Order: sequence, then structure tokens, then C-alpha cells
Amino acid sequence: MAQDGAVPNPTREHRIILRYADLPGYTPDIDCYLQHGGYQQLRKALAMDPAAIVAEVKASGLRGRGGAGFPTGTKWGFIDHAKNRKPVYLLCNADESEPGTFKDRQILYKDPHQLIEGMIISSFANHAHLAYIYIRGEMARGARILERALAEARAKNFLGANILGSGYDLDIFVFRGAGAYICGEETGLIESLEGKRAYPRIKPPYFPAALGLYLCPTIVNNVETLCNVKHIVEMGGAAYAKIGTPNNTGTRIWCVSGDVCRPGYFEYDGGAITMGELLYDVCGGIRNGNRLKALIPGGSSAKVLRAGEVYRIRRKNAAGAMEEVEMRLEDLPLDFDTIAASGSMSGSGGIIVMDHTRDMVECLDNLSAFYAHESCGQCTPCREGALWMRKVLDRMTGGQGRPEDPQLLLDLAGQIAGRTICAFGEACSWPVESFVAKFREEFESKAVAKEEQGRLQATH
Amino acid sequence: MALIKNPFDHDLPPGDARMVHVHLDGEWVEVPAGLNVIEVARRFGKLIPHYCYHPKLSISGNCRMCLFEMGMPKLGPDRKPIVDGEGHPELQWMPRPQIACATTAFPGLGIRTSSTLVESCQKGVMEFLLANHPLDCPICDQAGECKLQEFAFDYGKGRSRFVEEKVRKPKRVDIGPRILLDDERCILCTRCIRFARELAGDDCLGITERGGYNRLSIHPEKRFTSNYSLNTADICPVGALTTKDFRFQMRVWFLKETKSICVDCATGCNVTVGSREGIVYRLTPRINEAVNSHWMCDQGRLGFHPIHSKHRVLEPARRDENGLFPGEWALLLGQVAEALRKLEPSSVAFLVSARLTNEELFLVRSLRDLLGGEPAILTEVVPRKGQADGLLRSDDLNPNSRGARILGIGADGEKLSLLRQRIEEGRVSGLFCLQEDAVAAGLPEDLLGRLSVLVWQGILVDKTCEKAHWVLPGASFAEKNGSMVNRAGRVQRLERAIASPGRSREDAWILRKLLLALGGEEPGQSSPEIFAKMAATIPAFHGLTWAGLGDQGQPLPAEAR
Repeated sequence: MAQDGAVPNPTREHRIILRYADLPGYTPDIDCYLQHGGYQQLRKALAMDPAAIVAEVKASGLRGRGGAGFPTGTKWGFIDHAKNRKPVYLLCNADESEPGTFKDRQILYKDPHQLIEGMIISSFANHAHLAYIYIRGEMARGARILERALAEARAKNFLGANILGSGYDLDIFVFRGAGAYICGEETGLIESLEGKRAYPRIKPPYFPAALGLYLCPTIVNNVETLCNVKHIVEMGGAAYAKIGTPNNTGTRIWCVSGDVCRPGYFEYDGGAITMGELLYDVCGGIRNGNRLKALIPGGSSAKVLRAGEVYRIRRKNAAGAMEEVEMRLEDLPLDFDTIAASGSMSGSGGIIVMDHTRDMVECLDNLSAFYAHESCGQCTPCREGALWMRKVLDRMTGGQGRPEDPQLLLDLAGQIAGRTICAFGEACSWPVESFVAKFREEFESKAVAKEEQGRLQATH
Repeated sequence: MALIKNPFDHDLPPGDARMVHVHLDGEWVEVPAGLNVIEVARRFGKLIPHYCYHPKLSISGNCRMCLFEMGMPKLGPDRKPIVDGEGHPELQWMPRPQIACATTAFPGLGIRTSSTLVESCQKGVMEFLLANHPLDCPICDQAGECKLQEFAFDYGKGRSRFVEEKVRKPKRVDIGPRILLDDERCILCTRCIRFARELAGDDCLGITERGGYNRLSIHPEKRFTSNYSLNTADICPVGALTTKDFRFQMRVWFLKETKSICVDCATGCNVTVGSREGIVYRLTPRINEAVNSHWMCDQGRLGFHPIHSKHRVLEPARRDENGLFPGEWALLLGQVAEALRKLEPSSVAFLVSARLTNEELFLVRSLRDLLGGEPAILTEVVPRKGQADGLLRSDDLNPNSRGARILGIGADGEKLSLLRQRIEEGRVSGLFCLQEDAVAAGLPEDLLGRLSVLVWQGILVDKTCEKAHWVLPGASFAEKNGSMVNRAGRVQRLERAIASPGRSREDAWILRKLLLALGGEEPGQSSPEIFAKMAATIPAFHGLTWAGLGDQGQPLPAEAR
């Protein structure tokens, strides 16, 4: 493992989704896309049986790239096309907005046709004739690029009636969201698309594959997930499954932000690189020669991991037997399962790095401000709890902490997680739980008794 | 079936639902499949606390107060439930709590309503709900009916750990002609929003802002004008929505509650009359799944105000050349009886209100029979027509038209023109107006002047009263017992909530005295007695008893409907 300042080793990066995105001279225009082999997989897919495409996606082991990591083929398989008599919708979730996550934006801005091609193939596989790209309201530029790309695709009959003479009809529309985190939650997105306030739906019974948009079967997939479908069609499910490790197939885009020398987005095969390699070899190590203090591995809602921690990870060895190994944070291979086994999650792939100068109470206050602002307010615990936690942290960072505050924060977070309609409850409480648990001494140092506060003020 | 169609009936499983065994707090019980878990618990005397759940509204699942611990049948390797010696499945309990409002009974469902996990959830939700709530119970007019207050006692921690500044939201927001909103108190259960959308058909309420700043709002430039708006104050679990009419008028725990029915139209919504010291303060809907379910219209709810009008007639009186002169009941009723007896039967007519009870109408009928009977004596009721709204409001604004028809007193004013004609021709010289204004019914004032005997019995001064020779102050619906037949043919009871003011008396009392003064036989001294006599005499009421009507009423026998 390279240390701070070492030369990055980008050669192991395996760009599939971002293959062309940063190529010099590559533009979002359709001509450019076609010159680079665009829409060839669409032609191939349209000649296939839709069920065969679903089978290939299942065989590929593709897991959703939006955060939850649910197997895409399994999700698609929930719709029983033999019995279904309602229209099927495909929704692309482009509402990326969690702090630390900025991977989908690159695809939308730089290679929109890849997404469109992936969506057309996915729609065809799922018998959908209408699809929407739900894009975050603030991404105005992305929406314009997509609109233009869709118009280009329509002009070339990749969209519309009788696509490329196959008899298959599909249209895709861009829907600009209202700009709320909750609009990216699967069912909140559907509600928003239906013109309502984006309140998540109670599950069960409203699993979107059964009752989604307009109570019709609906597939909701992330931008990166849908792009992957094109490549699965290109290389075949079995070949795709060979990329990465079992259960973590294909590549993943990791976006690194925070206190590293070279933040950015990088695409690697599942489990092909360790956290340490990503931080030190690829991102050039911690900024200003500082030490790593903590990192959040999967978007700001994931639990924080502290430098120096050692995890006991249960995993299958080469012979297929379960074994338990000890791993340091830097040795964690970047895949869904190992990061989950470390007590956090790879989520959306947004890695937020904090160096030793960071005040963890300030960091958590910053995150809590986001979650308190973005809670939709539907469920009591999240609505009241997120704001309460934020106020406690604000007070602590303002020098008015109390000895009981760290425990209060843990209690409040515990009263939210697992008790709300959607996962936002966990999203806002997991950072609090993990920050306080892992950096308790910092929270306690800010949580001093009133008399002591008075004494401190008097001495300054 | 209720006369109003509820979009949801979570408390009423389909009639053909099969019975299933569920495990409720340690015991296996049998309930209909598909029944809501809150209702399952309720059937066995257990309360699963809830705010956003209402049996007649869609499920929103947002308050999280009804979290319970849920068990599922444990499956064996063959994917079939593992059963114990008694044939019940072994349960495995889910680590996460579930909401009872969105869970329905299925075979082998496990329900724990008071485990450690459940209690922790309930305490947690209460702490959150109270964090930003203004806790202004002493000045909030929902005290006594506030679920936040009640559950704070039952499930709260007892003290607050919230030391931050509370979120301030708008106070006293005027959202409609009859409803005020205090946003600070709102716990965002969205019951009112769902009611306005799903039942009232007036989708004007919604939530604005985000997270802890969420607040209930009315759509810009809209007002909550629905004729059903006051129901939202009933279903609001806290003091966020209050009725302009009732707020700060009376603490609810001081009110005497009397089960009665609304007399504002032919629907006959079941109501609770809230009164104190002879004054009615409010009417609230009383649940009757055969009539009004949980609801009633604003118009009916506010229809009690005239009973405390300053125009109320309080003393029986006779008119002489100097005007009305109060007298003793016995004396005046004797005079009226004498005057009626002197008239030829064919020159007497009764203008009767279809707002009278069956018992009163039966006494009118007895009086008519005693004086000469049909067809010599003309009786008719005055119709009141409104517009049906497809919900509860009926186009017939008389509450007992069917009773009047069954008892042969009148039929929607068909004979009103005949009455007028007979007075014009001088064939009718004695008119007895019972809770009706003959002038408003279409008889010109000067025509009334031609009558030699004009008796008026009612509660509020009107044109006829001003002309009447005898004025007999009667009672309002809140001041008497009796029964009425609603538009669907359901016989329901009115119950006396307050005493009649002044020297006014119940109409049945007046009519009975008159009947006795004319030499008639004793019809019964109380409503149950008169009802029994009526049920024995009138075929349509055969088989019905006063006690049998109960609080929910009974349908007329099939042949009478």
C-alpha cells in the first residue's frame, strides 16, 4: 500500500460506465456516441426475447447502484408479465443528492446516451412503453442535456413508435423533481411523479413492482444501474458476472470527497481495490500531510468508520467455506458485502474522508443540518427527531453542550431508526449513532457541565 | 349500510371474511381475516394507541404511535409453518416494530401490544410529539378530548428532555367560515387532509414546508367551506382544528352528553347533545353505521342555535283585544278544547310539522279522530325541500316526513292548496298550527284573520303566532323524548337533553292534555307509553318497542319500508 504522496496507480481502474465520459473530445452528442459504438446493444437487445434479457441481467448478478444494492434481475422478475394487464413503467432515479455522492451526475452530463440506451433496453426487457428520468430539480444542466439527447434519439428512431423497425414503442420523458432528498426515495419519487407531495408510501403493500406509478407495476432503477444493463447485453450476463467478485459483480463507481489530495470518481471492479489503495494510491493520500481520522464509505447516511479500527469479517474463502478474518479499515476490499460486514454500507459509493484536524461534532452537526432540512416530515420520529438532533449538535458546537447530550443523541437516534416509513429514519440516525459511538470522547469533551462552562469562560 | 358511503371501512371486515387465529398478547384468538390489527386488539379490550389511523379514512401510517411487535409463523425446511401440539404455528418475532394501522389479520399473525420494544416505541413517539408541541393545555380548547394529553399520561416519559427552542408555527389561522387552525398544536396526522379529500370532496388542505417545520396549510386563496368541515375538529386528535362555534364556550368535561338525533333533514344523523345547565352547547356526531357512520353536516350540527333564541315563546297565552295575555296551562287548554269542540268537524284543520315526533303525530291523529276524524278534518304537513348532496344531506329537510305519512297526518303538502281554498270559501274556520307558520306555508296573513279559532303551538315567534288566538309554547328537539322515521325507514329515538325553558312544555304533554280535556282516553303519560300504544295501533310499527329501538334505532318492519 502506498503512503501519502505516492504516485497514483490508475492502471487498475476498469472503466466500463465511464469509458468514454472523460475521453478528450467526447461530447454528449448522439453522433459522438454513435461513433463510439452507441446503440449497437439496443439493436442486439431488440432482436432478443425480453425474458432473455431479464435472464441475462439475473445471470450477471447486477446489484442496484442507488444505495440498497438490491439484485436488479430479481427486482425485474417481480413483475409477472403473463398475468399483468396494466401498463408497466420504468423510472430512472436521477435524483442523486446525498452529500458525498456525485457519480450519476457525471454520466448524465457527459454520456447521456449511454443511460438512454440502457433505459430503452431495460424498458424493452420489462415490457414498458413509457419511461421517465426523474432528475433532481437543481440539476438544470443535466435536464437540458437529457432533453436534447432524448430529442436526438427520437430523431433517429431509437425512441418513439416502432423503434428501429422492431415493432416496439417507447418514449422517455425527463421529469424535473422539486429538489428534495426524499424525492429520490423509490416511492417518494413515484408520488412526486404523480404530482403529489413526495411522501414515501407504506411498504408493504406498495412494492413498486406490484403497485408503483399510478398503481401499475413499476421498475425504479438508478442511473448507473441502467447504464450497466447495456454492457450486460453487450458482453452477456455470464461474462459480466466474471467481473468483480461473486455477489459483487461488475464495476462500481466510487466518488471520493473530503480530505484527500485528489478527490474524484473512479470505477473499479467489485472488490478489486481496497479502501487504502483507493485513498492512498488513487486519491493521493490525505491532504496537507495529515492523518486519516475517519471516513464514511457509502454516502453521508452510511455509518462512519474510524481509522485504526479492526473488523472481524466473515466471508467465503476460495474453497467456498466460511471463514473469519481480521481486517483494518485500509484493507477492506471495496464491495457491498465486506463494507456491510464492517458495520457500515457501501451505499451509493460516496466516500467522504475526514483527516485528523476534523472536529467530529462539527462534522456531524453539518450532516445533521442536511438531514433535518431534508426530512419530509411524514413520520413523527424522523420529523421531530432529525431537527432535535440537529439542535442539540448546534448547541454543542456553539459551546453549550451538556454532559447528558451524547447519551441524548444516541437515545434520539435509537428512537428513529427502524420506526419510520422509509429509510430516511436510518439515514438521519445512523450517522449520529456511529459518530457518537466511535468518537464519544470528542462529544463528551464538548458536553461539559454548566459550572465548568462558566469557569472556562471566566478564564478566557 | 350507512347512508353515507365511506371510502374505507377498516373496522368492518367483509361479511364473507373467513375466521383466522391470531396470537394476541399470549393468547390465540379468532378474528375475521383482513381485519385491521388496531381493530383486532380493540375487539379484545386492548388499546393500541394511534393518532393518524381513523377507521373510515385511508391509511397514512405516519404518526408511528401504533407500532407493535409482530410475529410470523416459523417455517420449517419444507416451507410450511412449524406447528405446536395444539396445531398453532410457532412464531418468530420480527426485530423491527410494525404499524398496526397498516397490518391486517392473517393466519398465524403474532401481536404484542405491550412488550418492552413496543413500550419503548410508544415512549419515543410521545417524546417526539411533545418536543415541539406548545403544551398550552390550560388554554387549549381541546383539553378533555385531546389524545396527545391522554396518551402523554399513558405512554409518555413524564418529563421532557427537550431544552431547545421550540419551532413556532402560525396561531389562529382562519381557514374557513367555521374552522380555526392552530398550527403549533398540529401533530401532522393528516386526518383532516384525508377527510377533506376523501369524504368532503374538498381537497383544500395540505402540508407545506419540510421536516420539523412541516405545517398544515390551506391551499392559497382557498377556504375550507365544505358543509362537512366541522367533522375535522372532531377527528383532530389534538387542539389544532377547533370550531369557531364551540371553542372557549364550555369545557367538555362539564357537558352532559345525551344520545339523540339531528332533526335538520330526513337523514336523521345520530348525535350527542352536549349541554349544561339548560343550555345546549354543541351537537357532535354519534357513530351509527346504519345512518351517518362517524359524520354529520355543519348545517345540522349548528341547527340547535334557534332553541336559545331570544324570540323563543316562553308562556302560554290567549289573545284579547289588548294582545296576548299569559294564562295557566289548564285554563288555556280547556279554552282551546272548548273552542275546537264548538266547531263543526269539517271546519277544523291541522297544519302539522313533519318535525314532530311519531308520538306527537300519533296524538294529533288521536285528536283528529276524537274531533270527527278523516276525511272531515283536514291535516297536512308543510314540506321543506333542500338539495341532497350525495353525502348525508337529504333533499327532504323535514326529519319525520315518513312518520307523518305512515301516521296519515300528511304527505308533503299535497293538501295545502285545498286548505287554503277551504279557508277562502269559509269552510274551514278553525286552524291548529303545530310547530308550523301558516303564513310561511303559503296562507296569506289576511286569510288567517278570517278564522274564528287559530291555535298556534311552537317555539319561535312567527307571523302565525302574531295572529293566533291561543299561543301554546312547545319544545325543541333537545327538550323532548320521542321517535322519528328517517328517510331510509329507520325508527330512531330523540332523547331529552335539557328542560324546556320558561313555561313551555313538551308538545306531547300539550297534546295529551288537550286530548284529555276533549274527553279522549288516556294515550299514555310518557313517550314509551305512547309509543307502545302507537305500535299496537299502527301496523307499520307493529313489533317495535321503545326499549328495542335502543340508541341505534331499528328499521321499520320490511312490509312498511
